[in-house]
Order: sequence, then structure tokens, then C-alpha cells
Amino acid sequence: MGSTKDGATRRDFLYLTAGAMGAVAVGTAAVPLVSSMNPAADTLALSTAEVDLSHIEVGQRVVAVWRGKPIFIDHRSAEEVKEVRAEVDWHTLRDPQSDASRVKEGHDQWLVMIGICTHLGCIPKGSKQGDPRGEFGGWFCPCHGSEYDRSGRIRKGPAPRNLEVPPYKFVSDTLIRIG
Amino acid sequence: MKKKLIGFMVAAALCLGGAAHAEEGGKLAHQYWPERGVFGKYDMASVQRGFQVYREVCSNCHSLKLMSYRDLKGLGYTDAQVKAVASAYTVQDGPNDEGEMFDRPARPSDRFHSPFANDKAARAANGGALPPDMSLLANARPGGPDYIYGILTGYGTAPADVKMTPGLYWNDTFPGHQIAMPQPLSDGQVTYSNGDAASTQQAARDVAQFLDWASNPHMEARKAMGIKVILFMLFFVGIMRAAKRKVWADVH
Amino acid sequence: MSRPANTQKFDNCLIQWIDERLPIFTMLTKEYGVFPMPKNANYLWSFGGIALTMLIIMIVTGVFLAMNYTPNTALAFDSVQRTMRDVNYGWLLRYVHMNGASFFFIAVYIHIFRGLYYGSYKSPRELLWIVGVVILILMMATAFMGYALPWSQMSGWGATVITSLFSAIPVIGDGLVTWLWGGFSVANPTLNRFFSLHFLLPFVILGVVFIHVWALHVTGSNNPTGVEPKSEKDTLPFHPYFTVKDSYALVTFMTIFLSVVFFAPLALTEPDHFKHFNPMQTPPEIVPEWYFLPFYAILRSFTHDIYIPFTDIIILPAKLQGVMGMFGSLLLLMVLPWLDTSKVKSARYRPVYKWCLLLLLVSLCVLGYVGSQPAGGSLAVVGQVATAYYFLHFIVLVPVLGFVEKTCPVPASISDDPCCKH
Repeated sequence: MGSTKDGATRRDFLYLTAGAMGAVAVGTAAVPLVSSMNPAADTLALSTAEVDLSHIEVGQRVVAVWRGKPIFIDHRSAEEVKEVRAEVDWHTLRDPQSDASRVKEGHDQWLVMIGICTHLGCIPKGSKQGDPRGEFGGWFCPCHGSEYDRSGRIRKGPAPRNLEVPPYKFVSDTLIRIG
Repeated sequence: MKKKLIGFMVAAALCLGGAAHAEEGGKLAHQYWPERGVFGKYDMASVQRGFQVYREVCSNCHSLKLMSYRDLKGLGYTDAQVKAVASAYTVQDGPNDEGEMFDRPARPSDRFHSPFANDKAARAANGGALPPDMSLLANARPGGPDYIYGILTGYGTAPADVKMTPGLYWNDTFPGHQIAMPQPLSDGQVTYSNGDAASTQQAARDVAQFLDWASNPHMEARKAMGIKVILFMLFFVGIMRAAKRKVWADVH
Repeated sequence: MSRPANTQKFDNCLIQWIDERLPIFTMLTKEYGVFPMPKNANYLWSFGGIALTMLIIMIVTGVFLAMNYTPNTALAFDSVQRTMRDVNYGWLLRYVHMNGASFFFIAVYIHIFRGLYYGSYKSPRELLWIVGVVILILMMATAFMGYALPWSQMSGWGATVITSLFSAIPVIGDGLVTWLWGGFSVANPTLNRFFSLHFLLPFVILGVVFIHVWALHVTGSNNPTGVEPKSEKDTLPFHPYFTVKDSYALVTFMTIFLSVVFFAPLALTEPDHFKHFNPMQTPPEIVPEWYFLPFYAILRSFTHDIYIPFTDIIILPAKLQGVMGMFGSLLLLMVLPWLDTSKVKSARYRPVYKWCLLLLLVSLCVLGYVGSQPAGGSLAVVGQVATAYYFLHFIVLVPVLGFVEKTCPVPASISDDPCCKH
């Protein structure tokens, strides 16, 4: 009797171990498959972009490209910066952020943002002369009518958040490196 | 071709349950390469020296099109060193906002600079012969690093009874013995960073290892993973064997 | 709710609920749980399951490789190399896929040899066998087109040579080859269609495998005695006996496979497979993959045109004979169930056939060797002798032996077989 019971225990143990090892093997095999769909080394290597600001006039908005996404760069005048900071108490906004926290200190006139509407991924209008800029003089998303102010903050419409500021730094006064 | 034969023999051996014996041959002298063999690893110091030989000598004619400067991090270089290497080369970029192509220093993400714009330009500059791209050279030649080493050290004078084609050079290793590439390496041609002038043999050895690395950059990762996988599998086989014996123990 | 008569009762109520609506668990229990397997089936019977696993591995890795592949002659080679160098674990996916093809063929060839040895193609399993030959032919087509995709010297020239075989067909041959190429040489249209078909065919194979397994579960498995099971004493339920036995064989096979993938991934690859295809320059030696070598040698064994006697009129050019020989060697397998006239299934009780079969294996190995060597020379004669034996075996020996061979006594049932007393 005892030996049969031991035999059954041993058999269960072997079944469980074999099953667990099979599961581990299949699970591990899935790792390279899933991982291969992440950005490859060559894609990651392109994840920084440098933009020369020297020929962007005051009041001019340009669109650069970083990681295949549009980057809005706005060269604002000093008065414009003052206006946008004074026009509203930022604590009351949907996504409360001060204008100063959205630019680099000492380069307050340069607004650098990812030009993708935080609603559903369209590219807002407003970078070209003659584009609709919405009620707040910033950017206007034609897809669902989100309106951003001159600091790229969401003021009206369905978008939940302000236009995102990418990681970037000033290499010199006229050159930024994004990423 | 020989590999094919070995492959077939392996398969045949599996069918027959017998042992297969593949015949050895060829003119190549076999060298010891630390990276070849089941558990082999690259001698990174040698590979780095080999990169210097490639950069100073080979790269004047041979491209390394499938490699990017960022790949040099696999050689143990830091980001800053890779950047410095890359910035010594100029690549064409563009078009810019005016629609013109412009030159800029290479970045780590750029592919290695090719010495010629295209194959025809390469042929024109080399008397009609095309210097092959070296990205996969160690895999694309029978013998791999042995072949590269053999070519680089195989130059000599032709036997008196051989009529040499003008523009070709005698090489003991090259199939047909008449090669269009003039002897690329000579003693003392490359001075390593420790101040040593490399002998032809040393430079040939180093560059052969570098090219083996360039052809198989993930080899060390592959073998390291392989050891873990095979140990797991052997244990798994043991468990399955025990389970099978247990289940079948009561069959009469 | 009244249950259909052919379903069973499960304890788990969710399984029961599903099974009443879709009797998949009844099916699994019937086909893989209590399914009666001859208890003496040896490890050679595990290779069908192993081959199916290899097919699944090939499909899964292939789908992920295709995500990084570009079927364009200018970009194909580089896109494969990008997979090898830059894509996360891309080298692993590709090495599993390229060596997986070889191991798939190893498993299938062992599986076929088992069928030949134990007479698994004979009544009532003729259709099962024919479906199997169809799978083999589809596999060969898939492997051939997959080999073209990296667009190396071996890819391009292999594709050129094999597609050119069809030019041997009288009248329509040249037009057919142009049609296959979509142009006047192996070029971008060819690569595009090869990629499309290489993606499609594995799923077709999977469908045909389903039919193969279906047919198998109608007749049940053969066994080393070739005697059909007569009572419950002769069989064991598939689970746990054969699930665990097949798993043991599978894990062992995978260990060998993975050893090659990780430690000798290029052992079966030609150096010319690392050079970009150059349509203006044929490599000095072009050799197909090892699993095609015997057929390649049969192709090259036909070197003499056949004339109408006493005239100069060629009725069968050597080229056409070679092509017919190569395809004929496969098609011959299709009619094997009717060529074999013996009443005894298993070679175990057929002393003469056993040796003929061994000789067939030897001749295939010889053909493999000849196929790997440069064309011409004295080896050509060796290849011709081996080719002659291949056809002699199937067309003459197999039918004649059924009448003249004195077979050994066959056990009355599996349980009476002295070999399988445990």
C-alpha cells in the first residue's frame, strides 16, 4: 500500500515538474518574439534630433521632426510671454501647468512641444500663417475641436492634457537637442 | 559545399544511427581563433586593434556597409569614443529646407562611410576589380578568419613557371593564386596605441578577428544564452525521462 | 437540454457548458485522451508529433521575421541583415527559422522512413500516406521559396536553377518559366511572389496536416508488428502513455535542435549565402540545401538523350528525363500502396525487403553525397547506379517481392509478439 501511495506522489511530482518546465519553456520562448516587436537598435539610435533655432524669427512657428513626430517650435515675443502668463490663473486650468514650467529657464521665449493632440493623436493647426489658431491664439485641432493657448495648454474641447513637452536641452543659445 | 556535405552526413548519421566522418582538406592553414569553438569568446583587445587596422588600411577600398558607428559600442568603446570616431567622417544628408543636399559630420547612428559611391566607381578606381564589402566577409568565405589571415599573409613571388596576368599579384591562399589586391599590409605599417609597430602577421590576425566580430556581432550573447537554454533542456529531458518511465512502469 | 448522443459528461460545469454547445472537449478526450494506441509503438512513432511542432515553430518565427522583412531585390538582403544585427533577438528568430527548416525535414524523413519500414502505407492507410506525400511536396516548395528570400547568391541562383527545370517541359516550358518569374530572369517580381507564397503555403500545409491526422484517427496508428490491434489488451490509452512518451521524445529532439541553433547555427549554411545576389555571376559551385541533395543528384543522373532507334530524332532529351526522374521519384511514393503486393506489412517479418530497404537508404545517402559534389567525373556513374537502384526498388523489387519473398511467421496479435513482452 505504502509503495503505491509513494508511487502516486512521485508520479504527481514528475507531472507537475514536467508541466511547469513546459510552461516555463513556452513562456520563455515568447520573450524573444514579443521583444522583437519593440524598437530595434537602429530605430533607437535615431531617437535624438538637433534643431538649429538661429533662423527662426520672432513670432514664427516651425515644425521639426523627432522620432517621426512633429515638434512645434514657437519663437514668442517677450510681450506674448508676458500676456500668456497674465491672461489666466493657471491653477484653474484643466491640466494645471504654468507657462514657466513648460519652457527652459532663460529661454522663456522658446516653446517646444510635441505637436500631437492629447485627445486622439491628430496634429493641431496653427503652425502655418493663415491656419486657424482657435479662441486662445495657440493651436486648434481640426479633428474634434480642441483649442490650445499660446503656451500649448488645453483650454477648450475634449483633449485631457496640455501638448506634451519633449525632453530637450539647449546645447547653445541657438541649438537644441531633442531626446 | 563541404558544409553541405557535413550537413547531409549528419542527417544520414541520424537515420542510420551510425557515425559520419567528414573528410578534412583544403589549403588553408588552421589558426587558433578564440571566438570559434563552442564556448569561444572574442579577444576584444585584438578586435579593437583589428578595427584600427581596418580603419587605417582596409577602409581605403573596402566598405562595411551593414555596420553603423554605434555598433562599435559592442567593441567596448564608450559613447564619447564612438562619437569621436564617427565625427571624423563626413556624410551627405538632406535635402535641407532649400532642397539642397549638404555634408555633415557622421553621427553614431550613421552607417560606416563607404570609400566609393557605388560598385562601378569602386571598379573604376581598382583596375576593374571590385573590393568586396567586408560586413559579412568572415562568413562569406570558406574558412572565415583563416581565409582572411591566409590572404593577408599569403603574398609572395610567383613560381617561375607561372605566367602572371599584368595587374595581378601572386597569393598562396587566393583561389587561382592571382589576386587583384596589392599586398595591403606590411611590417610596421600600423602602429598600435601602445606604441608597438604591428608585424604583418599580427595586423592580419587582429583584422581577421575584427571582421569575424563584424560578421557575427551577437555571437557571445548567443553562446551565453545557449548555455542556459541547453542546461534547462537537459534537466527537462531528465524529468521527462523519469516521468515516462514512471508512467510506463505498470505496462506489461 | 438533451445532450447529443456522441458527447460525454464532464465534472467541470464550464467545460460541460461549452461542450454541450461545441463538443471540443469530447473530441479531445476521444482523440487524445482515451484514443487507443497500439501499446508496442516505438519512438519512431513520435516523429509525427515532432514534425508538427517544428511546423508550428516555423510558422511562429516566420510571422515575426516577416515583420522585419522587405520583399524587394534592393532591400531584401539588407533587411535580413538588419534583423540579424538590430532587431531585438532577431538573430535568434532567424537562426531558429533557418535551422528549423533542416530539423523539420529530419523529423519528416524519419517519419517517412518509419512508414516505409513498417508498411504504414498499406491498406487501410493508403489515403493517409498519399496526403503525407502531398505534405512533403508542399514542404519542399515552401523550403525552396523561403531559401530565395534572403536574396543571396545561393538564393538567387538556387531559384534560377530550380525554376529553369520547368523549361524542360515540351512546348509550354519556356512560357511557363517566364510566367513563374514574372519577367525574363529571376528578379523583383519573382521575389515578391515567392514571399507571398512562402507566407501562404505553411498555412496550407497546416490544413493538409489536419486532414492527415483526421485520416490517421479513422484507421488508428500502425505498429511495429503491422498487425492491427485485435483487443483492448493490444492498446493503451493515448493519455498518459503516449502524451508522456511523445513529450519525452519531443524535448530530446528540441535539445539537439537548440544545440545547433545556439552553438553551430551556420553549420548547414554555404558561404555564398552571405553574398548579395549578383545576376551576372554564378558562384563556382551551387549546391541546394542538404534535404534536396538526393533529388538534385537524381536530376543530374540523366545525361544521355534518348533517340528513336536508328535515327537522329531525339524523343526524350536528357534534361527532360532528369526533370521527370526528379519529380517521378516523389510521385512514385504516391502509388507505393499499390506497388507493394506483399500481404505482410512490417519489414520485421520480411527478411528480403528489409535488406532492400536498407539498400534504398544507402542509395539515398550516396545520392546525397553525389549531389553535394561538383557535376561530372566518375562520381556521375555512382550517382547513376544509385538512381537506378531507387527506381528499381520501387518499380521492380517492391512489386515482385510480394510474390516471391518467403516471410517469417507473423504473430496473431500484438500481445503475442515476443518482441513486445515488457
